Amino acid sequence: MIFPSCKEVSHLVSQGLDRRLGFGERVRLRAHLAICDGCTNFKRQVEFLRKAMLRLGSE
Amino acid sequence: MEDFRTRVEAERPYLLRYAGRQLRDGHAAEDAVQETLLAALAGAAAFAGRSNLRTWLTGILKHKIIDAIRRARRDGPAPDPDIADLDSALYDERGHWVDPPSAWPDPDASLEQRQFLAVLERCLERLPAKTAQAFMMREHMGFETGEICKELGVTATHCWVLLYRARAALRECLQANWFQK
Repeated sequence: MIFPSCKEVSHLVSQGLDRRLGFGERVRLRAHLAICDGCTNFKRQVEFLRKAMLRLGSE
Repeated sequence: MEDFRTRVEAERPYLLRYAGRQLRDGHAAEDAVQETLLAALAGAAAFAGRSNLRTWLTGILKHKIIDAIRRARRDGPAPDPDIADLDSALYDERGHWVDPPSAWPDPDASLEQRQFLAVLERCLERLPAKTAQAFMMREHMGFETGEICKELGVTATHCWVLLYRARAALRECLQANWFQK
């Protein structure tokens, strides 16, 4: 889909932490994030979650 | 040797916390740690020359945890999570956020707060079993997705759904219980 929904984008954001996204996926993701605050916050927050888990693992 | 034994024993509480977070079963965690300490003492020579005892012990513990996960899997597979429930709570029928995530003010500062880590642990405990297992293997033990799918006996696509589900649920939980709107 050329214009992905927030639902698809948040799935892609999550998968981006687990596999290398394809070129088309990265393009659609970047285009959507440029105009969507909700998904941009979602991306920052799941990335933060990774950092928080590293911190927890050192406790 | 006595000194080595004392240093290994001193890591027991850390190893128990580590195993407990991943296995969510006090007995299984105790067993994994006990096996790790025994293996460490038997293999003391292998440690010689390595700098970090905790890192070395955690490496052994990860293998014992995987053994425990394999044993638990043989006892019967957990039911599949129903992704549709979560997605229909988060998005409307056109796939837009019902309640778009708002920015978190200075999240990094939270990392230094004990209370924040306690909230994160409580949020982790609320995840469904299999979802938690996949997420902890990924973000706690640092496994690649391929290894996780293999150990859990699920497809790559299913693995990504489990990880997505965990992240989305944890994000919601932290939003509600720490980064209040």
